Amino acid sequence: MSQLACKNLTLGYDSRAILSGLSFEVGAGDYLCVIGENGSGKTTLMKTLLGLQAPLSGKIIRGRGLRPNEIGYLPQQTEAQKDFPASVWEIVLSGCQGRCGARPFYNKAEKRTAQKAIEKMGLARLTSRSYRELSGGQQQRVLLARALCAAGKMLLLDEPVSGLDPKASAGLYKLIEELNRRDGITVIMISHDVEAALSYASHILSLGRRVFFGTREEYLSGARERIGGEGGIKR
Amino acid sequence: MSGVFEKLALYWQYPFVRYALIVGVLIALCSSLLGVVLVLKRFSFIGDGLSHVAFGAMAIAAVLNLSSEMPLVLGITVVCAVLLLRTGQNAKIKGDAAIAMLSVGALAIGYLLMNIFSSSTNLSGDVCTTLFGSTSILTLTEGEVWLCAALSLIVVAVFILFYNKIFAITFDEDFARAAGTRASAYNLLIAVITAVIIVLAMNLVGSLLISALVIFPAISAMRVFKSFKAVTICSAALSVSCALAGLLVSVLAGTPVGSTIVAADIAAFGVFLAVGKIAKGART
Repeated sequence: MSQLACKNLTLGYDSRAILSGLSFEVGAGDYLCVIGENGSGKTTLMKTLLGLQAPLSGKIIRGRGLRPNEIGYLPQQTEAQKDFPASVWEIVLSGCQGRCGARPFYNKAEKRTAQKAIEKMGLARLTSRSYRELSGGQQQRVLLARALCAAGKMLLLDEPVSGLDPKASAGLYKLIEELNRRDGITVIMISHDVEAALSYASHILSLGRRVFFGTREEYLSGARERIGGEGGIKR
Repeated sequence: MSGVFEKLALYWQYPFVRYALIVGVLIALCSSLLGVVLVLKRFSFIGDGLSHVAFGAMAIAAVLNLSSEMPLVLGITVVCAVLLLRTGQNAKIKGDAAIAMLSVGALAIGYLLMNIFSSSTNLSGDVCTTLFGSTSILTLTEGEVWLCAALSLIVVAVFILFYNKIFAITFDEDFARAAGTRASAYNLLIAVITAVIIVLAMNLVGSLLISALVIFPAISAMRVFKSFKAVTICSAALSVSCALAGLLVSVLAGTPVGSTIVAADIAAFGVFLAVGKIAKGART
């Protein structure tokens, strides 16, 4: 039983289609990497999966046990956030907002969830620090902790390592891998970094002129046949 | 020194001075709470734009010879605030350009209307009063004070009740939306509150100086404090003390109320800027 299935999706803005006839499935515990050039519709796909915009046509089917708001989202950072005066605690706790509904304040269970997410991301010592004083990698970990508060089953990551140095990137990839392997959280990651995608992902969705969806092994064997075509893909 | 207190005690007997102090403090409190949100959402200039709209609306009210201009001004400003904040995300004309257009447009039309239709003998005096609020804070009636108190109470209550949600959509609207928070509803709420505060604040500092009340306390607090809660509380406290100081000085020295309060805000900003720099230097 797949956790999330897309059937014949057409995506785009203002009734202008960017991407059409897209079908794929994500099973519980999968690690799906979405790769493709700029403008191939990666971010649009992500927004559609999150319910921020409606698909022009086609269907998104959620498996049992996945409610619409139960996807944890790690967005790309905006300029405004970089100097936002907020403590790590405030930001991580705001991930529980979706569970509050109309209740104005957070309850004890939500605070515990936030505390756990902070510990899991190795941020315990930074809890009362200000977000804007942290390094890029630490900021991403804070946002990842927030995403964990929002959902325990599926994470959507939008270019999580963009702007990070190689060491911080490797650390973040490792954390994500742990969440996937140890906690069984389904990961859907948009990435420019094909090499990393191939070393961590279990499934690949490649957007662009030729759409590919399948397991990593299928992608790699396909790539071997296309040798010279893309050149840079090595194992 | 005792002369100053005697003078204050003398003025305190006049109800209009007491009204001015009460209304001034309340407006300063509300505008600073909202200011933190607006500045962080990159909407600093919305206060400026809306205040000019309110000026235009006031001109229309004057032309129509309305006995009470408040409902019309409030209505027009609320509508404009909603339009501006809505179009912020996906407009063909980008947010800042839309605000600038609306702002100067309303200012020009307002002055034009006042010029063509006004029956007043002291036109430039009227315009100056509306723009700089030089005397209106001292001519408040008891009813207006109650209205202002009630509206301020609502604003503060809404802010406290929705504090966590406001934080969530201010920090990251997309995330909040994806998590199921009805971000557009809260944006609407913020727009309406903004409009209400702008219209209230016109009495205090006039329509040209309102942005200062919204922006300065928030920016000052951000120089020094690092969590959202601390920034919000500091901003409110700072704004209230600056308003009090400004009002007292203007009563004693006979300076214009609005610009004196803004001058106090600017001075406070200077102090906070320096404190922030020193604190940063001490850490590194």
